Amino acid sequence: MSDPKIEGYEFKPGYSGMAADTASDQTMFKGVHWGKAMMWIFLLSDTFIFSCFLISYMKGRGSTTVEWPNASEVFGLHVFGADVPLLLIAIMTFVLITSSGTMALAVKYGYEKNRKMCGWLILATALGGLTFVGMQAFEWSKLIHEGVRPWENPFGAPQFGSFFFMITGFHGTHVSIGVIFLFIYAYKTFAGHYDERKRGWFTSMKGDYVEIEILGLYWHFVDLVWVFIFAFFYLW
Amino acid sequence: MSEIKKEQTTTHKIGIYLWIWGLLFVLSFFSYMVDWYQFQGLLRWSLILLFMFLKAGLIMAFFMHLFWERYALVNVLLWPMTAIACFVGLMVAEGKYTLFSRLFYFFVGGQ
Repeated sequence: MSDPKIEGYEFKPGYSGMAADTASDQTMFKGVHWGKAMMWIFLLSDTFIFSCFLISYMKGRGSTTVEWPNASEVFGLHVFGADVPLLLIAIMTFVLITSSGTMALAVKYGYEKNRKMCGWLILATALGGLTFVGMQAFEWSKLIHEGVRPWENPFGAPQFGSFFFMITGFHGTHVSIGVIFLFIYAYKTFAGHYDERKRGWFTSMKGDYVEIEILGLYWHFVDLVWVFIFAFFYLW
Repeated sequence: MSEIKKEQTTTHKIGIYLWIWGLLFVLSFFSYMVDWYQFQGLLRWSLILLFMFLKAGLIMAFFMHLFWERYALVNVLLWPMTAIACFVGLMVAEGKYTLFSRLFYFFVGGQ
């Protein structure tokens, strides 16, 4: 993102740059804050966890001899006297993408040291995430009322429930944790912790707007996972 | 003065974020339309995968800034995905075998 400069080190582009960076006997990720590199490594490991869930879902669904429930009907809503397929899920998708966009802008305004704009956008992101979690809670309670359990459901293959609760539950947990941190960071931004380079909790690291980008990476990842869940679980 | 200058990080124009944002909305709308019009079979899953990978790529490249990162970081992040792709391939084969075994022993019966 930034144009890093290190004294006595020549930055080369592309793969020769990658070879030089990796073999430089120094830090490998040049110009990347350590917190950002660590967040990326965490997200990579999280990718593997979500992949394991989605792959087990693929195998479970592909190998059952019982008819799989029709997601389009199961997740449909009855509004204004008409049955609309997947309505709630579509709204949830749009809410999450909206919050992803506000987060991207928050990162931009953070780096431009526009404290107020950055704070409001983080707050908007947090509210979007909260809306998403609320709608997910509504969806869960609706399905539980209809008799969906991890071991049985009235629509078809009994595996459906366990995969549904596991995958969307794990994703919803990520969103909830993200929302908590978004509120904390919104407070810290408005309070000016990143302008004053104030020390954070449990760390000797001085406050810096790069923290907004690190939080943003996590939030975009949550959106990214939802893209895959939406495609594989709800649309397929 | 030099201290302040060092802190300045170059940012990108707001237009690029708004464009990507808009594209994500359009692509999400398209993938919802796949279900709305009840496309089936090959058309359905190829469209679902197309829109999914486009959305994922846009989010990673621009919202997560990977497009602007150095290759040392990008490659560390993207190459492990090939392991996941291999795993998917293995489990597709395994799933087919499990389904075959179930159909065979449930309906044909084995001695």
